[in-house]
Amino acid sequence: MTTPLLQIDTSQVSSRGALTEIIQETTALTRRLFVQLKRRPSTLIAGVLQPLIWLILFGALFSKAPEGLLPGGMSYGRFLGAGVIVFTAFSGALNAGLPVMFDREFGFLNRLLVAPLRSRSSIVFASVIFITTLSLVQSLAIMVTAALLGYGWPGAGGLLLVLFTLLLLVFAVTALSLGLAFALPGHIELIAVIFVANLPLLFASTALAPLSFMPVWMGWLAALNPLTFAIEPIRAAYAGPLDLSLVLLDAPYGSVTGQTCLLVLTGLTVGLFLLIRPLLNRKLS
Amino acid sequence: MSLIVLDHLEKSYGTIPALRDLSLQVPEGCLYGLLGPNGAGKTTTLRILATLLAPDLGDVRIAGLDALKDQRDIRRLIGYVAQEVAIDKILTGRELLELQGDLYHLRPKQRNQRIDELIEMLGMDPWIDRRCGTYSGGMRRRLDLAAGLLHRPQLLILDEPTVGLDIESRAVIWNVLRDLRDQGTTVLLSTHYLEEVEALADRMAIIDAGTVIAEGTPNELKKRLGGDRVTLRVREFSNEQEAETIRDLLQPLDGVQNIVINRSQGHSLNLVVDGEAVLPRLRLCLEEAGLPVFALAQSKPSLDDVYLQATGRTLMDAELAIAGQRDPKQERKQAMR
Repeated sequence: MTTPLLQIDTSQVSSRGALTEIIQETTALTRRLFVQLKRRPSTLIAGVLQPLIWLILFGALFSKAPEGLLPGGMSYGRFLGAGVIVFTAFSGALNAGLPVMFDREFGFLNRLLVAPLRSRSSIVFASVIFITTLSLVQSLAIMVTAALLGYGWPGAGGLLLVLFTLLLLVFAVTALSLGLAFALPGHIELIAVIFVANLPLLFASTALAPLSFMPVWMGWLAALNPLTFAIEPIRAAYAGPLDLSLVLLDAPYGSVTGQTCLLVLTGLTVGLFLLIRPLLNRKLS
Repeated sequence: MSLIVLDHLEKSYGTIPALRDLSLQVPEGCLYGLLGPNGAGKTTTLRILATLLAPDLGDVRIAGLDALKDQRDIRRLIGYVAQEVAIDKILTGRELLELQGDLYHLRPKQRNQRIDELIEMLGMDPWIDRRCGTYSGGMRRRLDLAAGLLHRPQLLILDEPTVGLDIESRAVIWNVLRDLRDQGTTVLLSTHYLEEVEALADRMAIIDAGTVIAEGTPNELKKRLGGDRVTLRVREFSNEQEAETIRDLLQPLDGVQNIVINRSQGHSLNLVVDGEAVLPRLRLCLEEAGLPVFALAQSKPSLDDVYLQATGRTLMDAELAIAGQRDPKQERKQAMR
């Protein structure tokens, strides 16, 4: 007896190309994350509120710092602005892994894995698109507020540089967070790591104080901290005309130009994605 | 022709074996029941079929495809309704179905048509646009069934589809499953409810300790067991001595296969007899001994008897025994990616 076994109903299942299918999957998964955000906007609001409080309180704390203490005679508020913008994007992106972790724990990921996804990278793409948009929106909100507080606004070219730098940082941190979301056993552990990583990385960077203020060992830390490589170009973009070949950082190991900062961030992003790829492949296979 | 062929499957979680040399064939177009106590390996078997899990050893073929290699084709072919319903509480039921439709690459127009069809079929209209977080267990199950049916799968796999459900939801789900079978879909479901297999299944397998111990149609299995069941009392509550006397009286009679004294039911006697013809002889024998029959109930063997015969214990006892051995933490870890 011969039975037509593999009778996939072609009127139901489209025979469209791989790219169209990947776009359909990714769009649907991304839409889900945005619907969640719309109905539960507390993460969005908290993500703007926290850096805003930093900006206002920390800015006020050191507002009477003597003129000329900071490089270029900058006011502390202006100095802090760049740091807080980067901190906003950084802590936003650090949360990228949380929705994925909850999907793992509640079994929703299994629902996705039973479906004939054209590429399981769609799950990762959706997270990256979502968290990038979210972090950039939060950062822009902080930039606008900072401008209203009188801490300046980068020019058009400067704005592009700011966004590009933030994008690189957000990609890198998202990769890290997604990697953690698949490597750690549960959301408690993930939240603990996020909690521990957040503030020390901020302190050990040039967000709150310049390198010249720090003891040597901390200067080393700050000069190796990825956040610093994002903060310095943004601070330069706020300070005036753009020149990426200028030295932005007198690190203990040598002078770092704007170009070097961006190169380091690019390298970090690529490196982290390569690093988590085998992990994602294993967990999603 | 078999749609599913499982060949000598072995699977362990750490040192705990879940499947031991499990082989099974499910014919195309039938409603197939997998009966067994919790922890017998039903879920593991279904997860392997759904491509969520790979066996340590053995072959899995669905519609001639190798489930370990042609995973994407298999996923198109099957609908899988898991035991623990994973639903995004923030989305509405309709949004969840739309998401699911996109993951199966349905075109938007067909997707929405199909969703409307399923809403009608499963009676979800009053609540489908409410958020899933507000749903009862029965609503979630129906929604999950709809999600599994969106792409019109050739094979529908359901893991304990009616556990803990209200009667209405259970009836809805049973009817949908029967209709699907009538329209040519192969349906494979696991359950530890005897009456569910009895009500639904064309064929069934009993699974115990990770292996198949009996297979056939429910009637075949009962017939193979043979004999009628008789419950007999000479008064409301007999004492043990009287029950033993009766047993000794009846045991030598022609056509009486086996007698068990049921202590928990007032020392009533449970007999296995060859057929109805034996009953008048029983009555006569007891009357002659001055112990006329007070109550006598006769029944055909049930699936519980089949289970008892195959494993030497009742389904209920098996569940209790296994419940103590399970490691929920390990199982949760296994289900998590």
